[in-house]
Amino acid sequence: MPGSDKETDLTERIEAFLSDLKRGGSGTGPLRGSAETARETTALLRRITAQARWSSAGDLMEIIRKEGRRMTAAQPSETTVGNMIRRVLKIIREEYARSRGSSEETDQQESLHKLLTSGGLSEENFRQHFAALKANVIEAINELLTELEGTTDNIAMQALEHIHSNEVIMTIGRSRTVEAFLKDAARKRKFHVIVAECAPFCQGHEMATSLSKAGIETTVITDAAIFAVMSRVNKVIIGTQTVLANGGLRAVNGTHTLALAAKHHSTPLIVCAPMFKLSPQFPNEEDTFHKFVSPHEVLPFTEGEILSKVNVHCPVFDYVPPELITLFISNIGGHAPSYIYRLMSELYHPEDHEL
Amino acid sequence: MADSGVTDGSLKKDEIERSKSEGRELTKEEKQRLRKEKKQQKKNKEKKDDNASQESEKEKKSVSSSSSAPQPPTQPATQKAPSAVPAPAPAVVPASETPAPVEKPAKSKAELKAERRARQEAERASKQGKKGETGQQAATGKPKAPPSELQPVVKRLPEHIQVDNPDVLKKLAKKLERQQIPLRLDYGYKVSLFSHLHQYSRKAPLTQQLSIPSSVIHPAIVRLGLQYSQGIVAGSNARSVALLHAFKQVIRDYTTPPNEELSRDLVNKLKPYISFLNQCRPLSASMGNAIKYIKKEISNIPSQCKEEEAKGKLLNCIECYINEKIILAAKAIAKYAIEKISDGDVILVYGCSSLVNHILCEAFEKNRKFRVIVVDSRPRLEGREALRRLVQRGISCTYVLISAVSYILPEVSKVFLGAHALLANGYVMSRVGTSQIALVAKAFNVPVLVCCETYKFCERVQTDSFVSNELDDPDDLIVTRKGKTQLEDWQQVPLLGLLNLVYDVTPPDFVDLVITDLGMIPCTSVPVVLRVKNVDL
Repeated sequence: MPGSDKETDLTERIEAFLSDLKRGGSGTGPLRGSAETARETTALLRRITAQARWSSAGDLMEIIRKEGRRMTAAQPSETTVGNMIRRVLKIIREEYARSRGSSEETDQQESLHKLLTSGGLSEENFRQHFAALKANVIEAINELLTELEGTTDNIAMQALEHIHSNEVIMTIGRSRTVEAFLKDAARKRKFHVIVAECAPFCQGHEMATSLSKAGIETTVITDAAIFAVMSRVNKVIIGTQTVLANGGLRAVNGTHTLALAAKHHSTPLIVCAPMFKLSPQFPNEEDTFHKFVSPHEVLPFTEGEILSKVNVHCPVFDYVPPELITLFISNIGGHAPSYIYRLMSELYHPEDHEL
Repeated sequence: MADSGVTDGSLKKDEIERSKSEGRELTKEEKQRLRKEKKQQKKNKEKKDDNASQESEKEKKSVSSSSSAPQPPTQPATQKAPSAVPAPAPAVVPASETPAPVEKPAKSKAELKAERRARQEAERASKQGKKGETGQQAATGKPKAPPSELQPVVKRLPEHIQVDNPDVLKKLAKKLERQQIPLRLDYGYKVSLFSHLHQYSRKAPLTQQLSIPSSVIHPAIVRLGLQYSQGIVAGSNARSVALLHAFKQVIRDYTTPPNEELSRDLVNKLKPYISFLNQCRPLSASMGNAIKYIKKEISNIPSQCKEEEAKGKLLNCIECYINEKIILAAKAIAKYAIEKISDGDVILVYGCSSLVNHILCEAFEKNRKFRVIVVDSRPRLEGREALRRLVQRGISCTYVLISAVSYILPEVSKVFLGAHALLANGYVMSRVGTSQIALVAKAFNVPVLVCCETYKFCERVQTDSFVSNELDDPDDLIVTRKGKTQLEDWQQVPLLGLLNLVYDVTPPDFVDLVITDLGMIPCTSVPVVLRVKNVDL
């Protein structure tokens, strides 16, 4: 039967995606950038919308939530997956509201006035069936995909507004967004880049070779020299893994030190992050924030005798509080960290924060 | 007077040059003559300086006058015009135009003599024709001031932070050639901010350029130099102790040549050794202080003292120095520091500081309950050595890299740091990364304690890590991960530079306490201690 074929095909794809996520996070599989993950998630969600069996918006949201929970459980540190799911859920809500004819704003914002006058929350159970809903949702998801494809270019286009000539810019590790940003500015301006190598993964080396091949004068320094060199740096431009709801960052380890050093020298810290990295999570001190990889990276097995008597930690991420950040550059422009909460309320519905 | 002195002097000079090139020590008379010549030049130069003050820019004047080695001033071209001063010309090492090859010349004595004569004549002739200054020291543009006023205040700028000044390099090359020490060449592309520093490669040690047998440098010193440049002996205390032991060996093997005074001759003997060690790896502040002490002790030996007695005295002095300043100081510091360690502490240390390791081991023996977090950084990875030593004693340790410091700091109750030197403005000069740890500790409100012996206190002042630093081999940064070496051919890529700093300076507001053998002082009291020490001396 074509129906069950479609279903099995869909489940197969979902399983393949899940195992990909699981493998990618441990560092053994090929490293995928966040943009790729976001695109694949969105494509998969579009496929679910198209192929799964659902009759009303509520059903679809249930299905997506279920799959979404499984996906985020497969790789909790990959927050773009969760972000895309929440975006799609918001799209569904919007399309449903539009089909029903009511305007979007009144339904979504819970103001004190509404609470008092309506006399109880309106039960929105999304049970009504609309024929055109499927097509509308798929079209909206396609728009989202187009937006995702253009994010890096949008950010790179803003480069010349922020970099002047003869500057010294510092960055850490490897971020494809920052790479594109700097390469774009280098077409018109001459400046110098210092890359901190970010041990133990040393992704800074790749970044430095790539930048120098694009004609930018680059220097590689060790993580220990960040504060020593900071006094000669004009700007710090970094990428991040996630932007948290309070405007803070979850970035590669070593970024907090970099941010503190920049603050000490009053050097502006600019974060280039596309909108799909914005996550409604807040930083908690629980175990869910930090991710660890094999301590072999830090203390190799060749150090045999002492290994059993020593605790070795190899965290992957760092928390950077919003007070240390000067500016966020995203595909929709530049914002201060205090504005992030507002952007978030436009991207995600408050009920979707918990999947 | 000058002319006759010149013709006389030129003959003697030839003798001197010949003996130098053959590796013989200069006789006393020859040295005296050179000294006299130098004094003459200085006098004449001062006269000329007063005349042509606005044109000349001589910042090395104080340097040349203070250096007691019989080295005439650098560029013959900057000599003043009149013929009254041709004496410097023949006195200038004949190969001064271009640095001569280090190997002993294979030509015969007569040929060399004739060559030099011809060159001296030519120089004298050109000097006659020249009229004003050519002012070659325009590069740095330092205003010239009467040397007598500047001398006490402006200390001699060390050569190893003036690599971008070609005059200084030429002068160094001449000095090394006179002392028969090979010149070490810089390696690789240097980051523009650090073009004033040397950058050597570990794969090209200085000893490869030494000829065998080298009669000028004592073998213990050659061994020491090699150990320094390969990083086998590293760490401020270790280097100083090794240096002092090597000097003890030198003194044991030393015999005073006839008609020489031990006090002056031994000091002169040590100078080429120090140059050699400096070429292998720039001297640290503690080594500088130790050398100053030794030189002072040697020159204080009374002349009627017999050789054996004098040598015994010197050996004793060195023993005392090591004992007092390093070993006993460590014990005193440990005593103070243990008061600051309480049960249940989590102590963070960075890299491998012999003093901090000593303190932790002592505290553990006194049955304090604490655990240690060792922070390490690439490319030296010295923390692993500290880790081994601590684990051997049974202390429970955790190990992280410096990029994980913000993760681990909330657990930490105290930070103990070692120092390479303490500068007179309260800044702490230490291994690169120390200032970073102090910064993050301050942000988390964790107290930072620096442990440092007083012999490492230094009169220099410095505010950033650029002006005076050391550049290590840039190839150390290359790493192979997952079979790929990203930076393998970094030399081929024209715009790529690797920076491997060795030291950095920590501002005093990050440091809460300095523990020294004189007690626990704040960072800003360093110049007070220096003053007290100098008064004592």
